[in-house]
Amino acid sequence: MSEVKYSKEHEWIKLDGEEATIGITKHATEMLGDIVFAELPEKGSNVDKDGTAGVVESTKAASDVYTPVSGEVIDTNQMIVDDPSKINEDPEESAWFFKLKIKDKSEMDSLMTKEEYEKFAKETSA
Amino acid sequence: MSIKKTSLNNLHIKYGAKLVEFAGYQMPIQYKDGIIQEHKYTRSHSGIFDVSHMGQLFISGCDDLTNDLEKIFPADLKKLKTNQSKYSFLMNNKGGIQDDLIITKTFEGFLIILNAACKYNDYEVIKSKLDNQYKLNLDESLSLIALQGPEAKNVLNKVIPGCDSLKFMNGNNYVYKNEKVYITRSGYTGEDGFEISIKHSDAETFVESLIENGSKLIGLGARDTLRMEAGLCLYGNDLDKDTSPIEANLKWAIPKSRIETEFVGSEVLKNQFQSGVKKLRVGIKPDSKVIARGNTKIYNDKNQEIGKVTSGTFGPSVEHPIAMGYVDNSYSTVNTKIFLEVRGKKIPANICNLPFYKKNYVKGEINV
Repeated sequence: MSEVKYSKEHEWIKLDGEEATIGITKHATEMLGDIVFAELPEKGSNVDKDGTAGVVESTKAASDVYTPVSGEVIDTNQMIVDDPSKINEDPEESAWFFKLKIKDKSEMDSLMTKEEYEKFAKETSA
Repeated sequence: MSIKKTSLNNLHIKYGAKLVEFAGYQMPIQYKDGIIQEHKYTRSHSGIFDVSHMGQLFISGCDDLTNDLEKIFPADLKKLKTNQSKYSFLMNNKGGIQDDLIITKTFEGFLIILNAACKYNDYEVIKSKLDNQYKLNLDESLSLIALQGPEAKNVLNKVIPGCDSLKFMNGNNYVYKNEKVYITRSGYTGEDGFEISIKHSDAETFVESLIENGSKLIGLGARDTLRMEAGLCLYGNDLDKDTSPIEANLKWAIPKSRIETEFVGSEVLKNQFQSGVKKLRVGIKPDSKVIARGNTKIYNDKNQEIGKVTSGTFGPSVEHPIAMGYVDNSYSTVNTKIFLEVRGKKIPANICNLPFYKKNYVKGEINV
């Protein structure tokens, strides 16, 4: 059973056992506009909860991508580096950013459920 | 001060614009299709740009007007034929650019198109340099619509027949719905195109008829990527009061006939023509996909700072990051290796020729 949660920085995280897949939300891509560049963390590096773990750039501006939980980067999605427009097309499935072996499952507790995130996204973009 | 709306505000909303404040106006940054699609549509078909926030300054008066304006602007206004346009500058005494503008000789005098953020200041500066015998009218009763792209000519000709005979950097009076409109063949995208000065009350129906003929509204976001690919400057980014036209690599816009004559800033420009300049605007192409935005620092291979990026984005038509900026003159040669500091890393890049995208202007009487 996998669990999906959302952060205030508009990342989604899907947890399967100790392995977490992280990407940015559809709402985030709508705010950013056309994404033309993506930079991902290095495989094997360690990232800390709420720390920078990548960059996306639209035609307009650059935005940091944060990791909602701590862990070791075990995989990154080369597809979105090669073709960043995939992030606009399929942000919450095939255009994931990186996978982590997580350190502390309890870091998931403070994140939002889908319903909570949708409410949050609606309020903050209004 | 409250935010001003252009005559097309309702139309922007109707077509799904994301509105932002720009130079005191509520303007569309993009519509539903997004910046890349809008950019590409302009290059392949045609795009409509609301540029009504820009200033339309009409100056008229007695015969001395041409002489007196030449004391302000470094353009060869005496040689200008009626309805012909020239790109020029309003400078300060140090040769720094206060605004870049297009001057057109009209039947009554001159029309100067000014940048939105500069227009009120420009008006005051120009007024203070002319005596009272001239009439200056920063006309806010007119909208300004740009139509750009390879299909612009056909689309506009269906709505206002006859305008396809205009030559590049020329204008004329036409009639739309029994009202006079003034059209010039010019633009800011690197494509063929027109700018139409039209009464506010006719602007919306005019734009709707362009849309019915196959054109689309394009936002400021794509306007910026289009002009960057075309190597054109944005005032406030690539040009400012501390930068001269020579440093900006816009020497071509100062005619030889004016170099020895007097105008505001002429002493500095004359010196720069003779002795050269320390910094120069150049095109920059990063080796990788990393985008260097405005204010990115530029280094040489010895890690010494040699300049600064002033505009940078991803070019949708050239499908690569592009930038322009100023470097120490000794690094301005094409193919010089430079490094851009982006997020703490030094990204390799090359000085390159401008424009990034080949222009598709319709040739006419161009004497630049």
